[in-house]
Amino acid sequence: MSDNSELRTPLRPLARILAARRRGENPDNIEKENIRLRHEDMRDKSRLRSEGRLLVLGVFFLCAFGIVGVRMGQMAISTPIEPQSSGSGTGIVALRADITDRNGRILATNINTSALYAHPQDMVNPEGAAHALVGIFPELELERLLRDFTGERRFVWIRRQLSPEQQQAVFDIGEPGLLFGPREMRLYPNGDIAAHIMGGATYGREAVNSAEIVGTAGVEAQFDEFLRDPVNDGAPLQLSLDLTVQAATEDVLYGGMRLMNAEGASSVLMDVYTGEVIAIASLPDFDPNNRPRPATEGDASQSPLFNRAVQGVYELGSVFKIFTAAQAMEEGIANPSTEIETQGPLRWGRFTINDFHNYGPRLSLTDVIVRSSNVGTAHLAQMIGAERQRTFLGSLGLLEATPFEIIEARGGRPLLPPNWSEISTMTISYGHGLSSSPLHLATAYASVLNGGLRIEPTLLRQDGPRLGPRVVSAETSAAARSMLRQVVSRGTASFGEVPGYEVGGKTGTADKPRPQGGYYEDRTIATFASIFPASDPRYVLVVTLDEPETFIAGETRRTAGWTVVPVAAEMIRRIAPLLGLRPEIETEGPVGITLSSN
Amino acid sequence: MTAMVHGSVHVERGEPVLPRWWQSIDKLTLSCVFILFALGLFLGLAASPPLASRNGFSEFHYVERQAVFGGLALTAMVLTSMMPPKLVRRLGVLGFAIAFIALALLPVLGTDFGKGATRWYSLGFASVQPSEFLKPGFVIVAAWLMAASQEINGPPGKTMSFVLVLMIVGFLALQPDFGQASLVLFGWGVMYFVAGAPFILLIGMALLVVFAGTVAYNNSEHFARRIDGFLSSDVDPTTQLGYAADAIREGRIFGVGLGEGQVKWWLPDGHTDFIIAVAAEEYGLVLVLIIIAIFAVITFGSLARLMKERDPFIRLAGTGLACMFGIQAFINMGVAVRLLPAKGMTLPFVSYGGSSLIAGGIAIGMLLAFTRTRPQGEIADHFGRRGH
Repeated sequence: MSDNSELRTPLRPLARILAARRRGENPDNIEKENIRLRHEDMRDKSRLRSEGRLLVLGVFFLCAFGIVGVRMGQMAISTPIEPQSSGSGTGIVALRADITDRNGRILATNINTSALYAHPQDMVNPEGAAHALVGIFPELELERLLRDFTGERRFVWIRRQLSPEQQQAVFDIGEPGLLFGPREMRLYPNGDIAAHIMGGATYGREAVNSAEIVGTAGVEAQFDEFLRDPVNDGAPLQLSLDLTVQAATEDVLYGGMRLMNAEGASSVLMDVYTGEVIAIASLPDFDPNNRPRPATEGDASQSPLFNRAVQGVYELGSVFKIFTAAQAMEEGIANPSTEIETQGPLRWGRFTINDFHNYGPRLSLTDVIVRSSNVGTAHLAQMIGAERQRTFLGSLGLLEATPFEIIEARGGRPLLPPNWSEISTMTISYGHGLSSSPLHLATAYASVLNGGLRIEPTLLRQDGPRLGPRVVSAETSAAARSMLRQVVSRGTASFGEVPGYEVGGKTGTADKPRPQGGYYEDRTIATFASIFPASDPRYVLVVTLDEPETFIAGETRRTAGWTVVPVAAEMIRRIAPLLGLRPEIETEGPVGITLSSN
Repeated sequence: MTAMVHGSVHVERGEPVLPRWWQSIDKLTLSCVFILFALGLFLGLAASPPLASRNGFSEFHYVERQAVFGGLALTAMVLTSMMPPKLVRRLGVLGFAIAFIALALLPVLGTDFGKGATRWYSLGFASVQPSEFLKPGFVIVAAWLMAASQEINGPPGKTMSFVLVLMIVGFLALQPDFGQASLVLFGWGVMYFVAGAPFILLIGMALLVVFAGTVAYNNSEHFARRIDGFLSSDVDPTTQLGYAADAIREGRIFGVGLGEGQVKWWLPDGHTDFIIAVAAEEYGLVLVLIIIAIFAVITFGSLARLMKERDPFIRLAGTGLACMFGIQAFINMGVAVRLLPAKGMTLPFVSYGGSSLIAGGIAIGMLLAFTRTRPQGEIADHFGRRGH
């Protein structure tokens, strides 16, 4: 039967059929016999194949059961994990370090609360419990609770945090299926003070017995690792902020924003030698204890979550002029009394540069700043040239995001002209065509005015000055401060005078750009960048108001001198004593007059 | 000679039935099944009282019911095992037809007992799950079709059985009951394998499964998460799986002791799907290994006996029954030790459950009927009957 594997026996072999016919037998029997033989042949083959495959199956099952047995053995000799809720929070570090201000006052801390969860299968009266819970927590949905409690679920989170009163009320329901898990809760005892700096925190990984608190914004996000690191042993994170000053700043800023009918406002107070930010505010703000969800529609820069002082980049206007003046003096192009051409309008191609008032054919450099002449500054910029201007602004940190230690600072990247042409150079010289944040501006002011040494903004308390490379000479710095002082004593910022604190500063009123291109006629960003005391600088204060508008002396005023300067002056009046500055009794005949007569 | 070839036992009138049965039956499997059932009752004593009290029944409600159903199941098993294979085949086909119609009518007449899947007929005192009875019937029909296709000029049985299995899987998926559907598919697969599936096809299918799995893993986040969740070693200790895993760990080698186990108080399915966890906790690894060994002996022993079988129908039907039984036990225990993703499946003869118990008894009865020793025509080989 094996020899015919290639040559199959025909079912009706002719020779045998003929022989059978000859014998008078029925030839069909031969065929039947052959079919039977072939069939048996087939069956044998299939039986042998099946035998092998059955063996494979048998071995497969032996292996499968063997694996289950081995696995059972492995599990049986491994250490048991407590099946109850206790201990299931291992690996979650609950303790999060406090955040304090520069004097150790608490800005963020943790308090112990409870989380509420349910084991519906253990409930005695699920419907009753659901109704009682809705009575205590109106925000819960009754239908949903009923569904969760009476359905298949074995575990339901009800609330992440409870106050002690709420916990007692839940306890009084007397339902054994309602259980409490200890929770640490991040608390910002000062509410919305420094809200944008704190940011906020939320729960990360969560177990019944503890939960991880994770920073979502601000310093909480920036220093998340540090705050959670058990190595620090609970040492607080000390910020450069001064809680008292911060509170006063926000107070005044809020009042000013309302008074000037502004949409938003921001302020930055910085130590000129260390770069420490003593107070930084952005309005409108929010309560980090109850951080709102980011808006999914609308303009993100209008959201209370948006940090105008750090994230917001704006064309800040004439406050930039002092950089142009300082560079001109530093490069030897001009000194404070050099006469600069101010005859407007200045035409450049299809562009026209104009001044708010016509200042006549020429002004001294000091007066270009004091009276804020765009034309004069633009002429200076032409003399400086694009390359040098760009290098100088870069050395002040105005061309890149600040290293400020909140996570949002990375988003505050200045907007530069795509092509730094001569017209860009001219407009940037008076603060148009380059958008930067108020924090950038404060940093640059501090660097130019502190004697000319570069500083970096920081949110962490420093023990001493952190001075970087020189950006301008000490003489240029002093001359610039004198010009700024005169802006206040006899120029556009006359409302900024605070007796005894020698405020110097520069106003800036920038038309807001339209989203579709061009500029609004009636919407401005008003900025006052100031330094005090001007002769011995200690602090830089930058205040901005977004779309201020006030009706004074028979006119609707939107310029900085009428809107933001009085707010900043009030702020200095409030905070300078808090900062420990002693008011100088100013001598008759202010410094400005002497200098201008040079 | 025909009788010898076809392998059926020729029973003459007045022949002693019981002694014949006892002589030819697979005594090892038979006793294993009895031991399993006894263990099931024994574990039920431990596992089910908490649940009975929770559901407002008397303490041993489930044990009593288990004993009654078990008695029925074992009777059905012994009676079935006494039948000649031809009778088993006829009754099996008949049973399959009834179960298939019942399955098809489930969406109209069935109840879901509020569990979200329409799988049962409520009879008042008890409920019946047709898919349990369908499985052995299907094995018989499919084996019959495949065996017929091996005849010369036989019908295209493999294709027909494939169509049939697709229909059944479709009905089961409608309920939905993917566990039973995959069992039926698996049963058909092993029968097709033994019936001589071409190797190219097997390799192709294996590659296809790997490929489809990879594609699904890479493209479906849901699927990937489930697989990752299953693969990750830590399990939420408040789920049934977590309790089961901890129960096994608690039990160590010799168990925490009779009645000392805790897991039965927490597991709602402690008397059905996770009975092995209860066993592991109270009696330790020793009992678990004994149970595993019993299942292995039944499966492997039956397959070994079937290797000698010459009748294609009996061989295929036996294979299907033995493998379905084995894989069900494997999946149940594999889930408890987290070798497999969670899938509700009872442990045959040990878990509580009326339909599955009786259907399991019938299935094993059929298997026993098929594996009875009978003349296989080996002598013909020795005589060279077919030599040319």
